[in-house]
Amino acid sequence: MDVFLMFVKAFAVGGGICLIGQIIINYTHLTNGKILVLFLIAGAVLEGFGLYGKLVEFAGAGASVPISGFGYALVRGAVTAAKQDGVYGALTGGLAACATGVSIAIVSGYLVAVLFRPRTKKK
Amino acid sequence: MEASKEITRENYKAYVFEKMPKSSHWKNMIWAFVIGGTICVIGQAFIYLYSLWFNAQDASVLASATLVFIAAMMTGFGVYDVIGRFAGAGSTIPITGFSNAVVSPALEFRAEGYVYGVGAKMFLVAGPVIVNGVTISVIVALLTLLFGG
Amino acid sequence: MDYYKKRTLNFANSYVMEGYTVAGPKENDGRYKGFFDFALEDDMFAQNTFERAERKMFEHAIEGAIAKANLNDGDIDAVIAGDLLNQIVSASFAAKKNHAGFLGIYNACATFVESLIVGSAMLNNGLDNVVCAAGSHFSTAERQYRYPLELGVLRSPVTQWTATGVGATVLSCRSESKVPRITRATLGRVIDYGIMDTNNMGAAMAPSACDTIVTFFKDTQTVPSDYDVIYTGDLGKLGSDILMDLTEQEGYDISEQLHDCGASLYWDEQQTYQGGSGAACSALIFNSVLLGRMRKGQYKKILLAGTGALMSPTTSFQGDTIPAITHLVEVTA
Repeated sequence: MDVFLMFVKAFAVGGGICLIGQIIINYTHLTNGKILVLFLIAGAVLEGFGLYGKLVEFAGAGASVPISGFGYALVRGAVTAAKQDGVYGALTGGLAACATGVSIAIVSGYLVAVLFRPRTKKK
Repeated sequence: MEASKEITRENYKAYVFEKMPKSSHWKNMIWAFVIGGTICVIGQAFIYLYSLWFNAQDASVLASATLVFIAAMMTGFGVYDVIGRFAGAGSTIPITGFSNAVVSPALEFRAEGYVYGVGAKMFLVAGPVIVNGVTISVIVALLTLLFGG
Repeated sequence: MDYYKKRTLNFANSYVMEGYTVAGPKENDGRYKGFFDFALEDDMFAQNTFERAERKMFEHAIEGAIAKANLNDGDIDAVIAGDLLNQIVSASFAAKKNHAGFLGIYNACATFVESLIVGSAMLNNGLDNVVCAAGSHFSTAERQYRYPLELGVLRSPVTQWTATGVGATVLSCRSESKVPRITRATLGRVIDYGIMDTNNMGAAMAPSACDTIVTFFKDTQTVPSDYDVIYTGDLGKLGSDILMDLTEQEGYDISEQLHDCGASLYWDEQQTYQGGSGAACSALIFNSVLLGRMRKGQYKKILLAGTGALMSPTTSFQGDTIPAITHLVEVTA
């Protein structure tokens, strides 16, 4: 039952974050890059105040999968490392925490570029 | 046309805005919610799957990585942009949208070679995310150090 | 229209000998299926990049037009062509194949009409045969002006679809048979009404279309009903509506005659929203549809107004508004 409830929460929170993004797009015509950066910063700043972590605890992937979760992971990584290693940790912690995601994006990007060709859109 | 409604250079933008067909906002928003939510549920399923072997934090990281990989492949097969056409923010904001933003320019610019094409253009759309994200994480961490968090 | 400059010119001997078009697959599935001389099954045109495909389309269209007019490469004095890519590479590279003089021109999607005007002016000054060509390719333009092809984005309902195609026209200074002639032209001025939304090109270009069309009517003392049809380049559906409002305000009702090349290129089911855009629209429609109808006697006198938005991604990112231009030619059968 807990598992099912967690899926419902992930759906509601994840969908809700995307819904907010869509509302912003509808009313401001912000481009993709700007929307991504906006949500990233929102996640990072919220985590700066220790709030986004609570949302992740509550909704799991619903909060960690949206790009705001990426901002959260960067800040949490940097802050945790900073508490251990000081300034050195502040500089390394963020990227270290996100290294998996970024690396896999780069490697799969490379792989796709080697394997596939861009197609013209039909519609 | 009545004199009061005369279109001039000054009121042209407002006139165009009146005349513009409106996106069906409700439809966009519902699709964004449903697709965005679904991607997160899939992510959650992977978290549970990886929890069988890894601790909670690693499972979460691996789940995101898996989503990134799947989205990259969907981009390669030309499926992701089809979803994006109606899902809007629902497919942009999840980490899969980040993956799509990395992979699609890489694919697009492969014609310019692997150094100046794939290598240089890969972060055309997603670069700002890394740059802003890393910068803000360092700033927040330094502030935490200064003020004791 | 606050001040007046001489903008309309007459051409005595500019004969439209032949037109040749190469259209992309989506365009050939559209409303004018079967009108085009050559339709691509695949918009890569057996090349390994989209840019090379666009180049090959130019080569093919220019050669096709020359052959169709029963001329040789050596008969052509000049090629006047342009496209939408940076440094107009498609037209320039394609012109390597021709031994004629080459003028590369750019006025965005008004390039085709611009080439007709420049070509006609040269015929009045000693040249015998010129080829005027313009075109665009969806996949090269999309990458340069918008996003990578595979990036998932929600398209705004005011967007248009860059048409894939190249049209080439052979103009001659004399003709033994009776062919359509370019008789008058009005040069466009650059007009900017402050539109910033790069999706909404129709709205950005409509004021310039109104300026040029109204100037033509005033300069030549003609009225819309003197013409069978008035074709604009790629205003799209919204842009055409705006143009009708604007010209009505100036005292000219063109709703009976007005058609838009871009808006009429596709069926609604092809989901291009406002219709086609790009230099290909007017080049395809003029060379395949309008010339054919004029030869059949369906149209006696038409106006073709090429509309172009003169922004670049750089100016848009720097927050500048979109200036636009419209050139117009009068074609008499």
